[in-house]
Amino acid sequence: MSAMSQTQTEAGPRTEVLLDVRAVRKVYEGRGRSVEAVRDLTFAVARGDLVCVVGPSGAGKTTLLKCIAGLLAPTSGEVVLEGESVDGPPPGMAVVFQEYGRSLFPWMTVRKNVELPLKQKKLPKARRAELVGQALDAVGLGDVHGAYPWQLSGGMQQRVAIARAIAYEPHILLMDEPFAAVDAQTRADLEDLVRSLWQRLGVTTLFVTHDIDEAVYLGQRVLVLSSSPTVVLDDVAVDLPAQRDQLTTRSSARFTELRGHVFAQIQRAKKHSGASVVE
Amino acid sequence: MRLAVRVTRTVVAALALPVALLALWWILTADSESYYLPPLSEILAGLDDVWLRSDRLSADVLPSLLRLSGGFLLAVLLGVSLGVAIGSSRRLRAFCEPVLEFLRAIPPPVLVPVLMLFAGIGDTMKVLVILSGCLWPILLNTVEGVRAVDEVLVETARCYGVRGPARLWHLVVRSASPQIVTGMRQGLSIGIILMVISEMFAASNGLGFSIIQFQRTFAVTEMWTGILLLGLLGFLLATLMRLFERRVLNWYFGLRQAQRGGSR
Repeated sequence: MSAMSQTQTEAGPRTEVLLDVRAVRKVYEGRGRSVEAVRDLTFAVARGDLVCVVGPSGAGKTTLLKCIAGLLAPTSGEVVLEGESVDGPPPGMAVVFQEYGRSLFPWMTVRKNVELPLKQKKLPKARRAELVGQALDAVGLGDVHGAYPWQLSGGMQQRVAIARAIAYEPHILLMDEPFAAVDAQTRADLEDLVRSLWQRLGVTTLFVTHDIDEAVYLGQRVLVLSSSPTVVLDDVAVDLPAQRDQLTTRSSARFTELRGHVFAQIQRAKKHSGASVVE
Repeated sequence: MRLAVRVTRTVVAALALPVALLALWWILTADSESYYLPPLSEILAGLDDVWLRSDRLSADVLPSLLRLSGGFLLAVLLGVSLGVAIGSSRRLRAFCEPVLEFLRAIPPPVLVPVLMLFAGIGDTMKVLVILSGCLWPILLNTVEGVRAVDEVLVETARCYGVRGPARLWHLVVRSASPQIVTGMRQGLSIGIILMVISEMFAASNGLGFSIIQFQRTFAVTEMWTGILLLGLLGFLLATLMRLFERRVLNWYFGLRQAQRGGSR
């Protein structure tokens, strides 16, 4: 572990930095013109953290996530995961994409979808079966092993994608607006699922969303991004109790307060891009 | 009970037109005096005599089918592997595209005399002619299918370390399989035509050879039985192709139905 974390993390024994994003800048080069999507992003995520990244739409959230996932090379700066610079999808990382309908293999059953990455890891058959079974049970899909993704509802498909991610036993889990395309009721269920999986498995999670309520409800920390070109506007520690539920947590005074704070930052973010904030 | 009614209705609907056409043929030629257009009753009787009660099935039909399957399977192998390579690389595609368009535009039958010069008049020539016709629809459809692989699926595969042969099979080929199968179906019908044509030029056995032989020796009824048999063979192969398609693309039909809102 090389760099020191500049961000404050929740008080506790685990403050080892797992993911370190250092001065990441991304400029898309088009024909004759270039667009600066991300100006300067610097933050760190400690092992075991659940960090939400929230920003107005078009804030370069997906660009940031792709840089972290090693799918996109930053123009400058670097992403360091577990002490190693990321220059391709790192083996200890799992990603849940927003487009659940397009990220599951439609020609494979649910079981095969969850199993495929494990085969690539060369795990023995018995171990694979065990992990697939556990993961599908954990997301409440113990009875649809043989179904195809397109036979399931949107929420269930996203559960399969989450099962695939946790069966992979990642050190860090990236989620890119995973619940943006499901209905409100399903969304609440899936949020609780993510909370409980995180608490049970302790896997470090970076959750990208445009929904302020979701970010505050889920996260221990909320990073607020400016609009594009993007910088980190604020780093809010969420001091809500560890046990959260949709009804009491969302109606608590502290939740409202935090939500209001982040909301105000987002409103500010809409008016200011990285260009006007930094200068 | 209701299922039985539905099945009966489907079978009747599928058979109605062929039966009507055969009946029409039967009636119109029933007392035909024309030497070139014998009554259908004679042709059907001949079908049995000429093809089933002789060694022609093994002496002529089997060699034809072997040439067809040889050329077709080689075309699938070559078309899919080249198609995956060309579809995956933009540079290779830009490099190959003009040549492919040119080669595709050449009608394969004109290759028969040329191929005869190089490959003689044996089975190799016929397999090559069939291959040269089947290849293009399979190759070009595979290229299109590979190009259309979903970007999110590509990123998913990258994130989860699906690469190398596993990526080629589980991501690229499976994803392009609807287009590949379409190419195979088009290729098969071209292959049947070329099978007959290649045997008409220079051969000592085969379906095409037999039909031409019957025509030259004025065995008109026998010639008609050959044509009828070819039609039946084409129908049989198309049915086999459909069964294959249903098996391989079961997921695709389900997915499409679900996208149209027909899922649970």
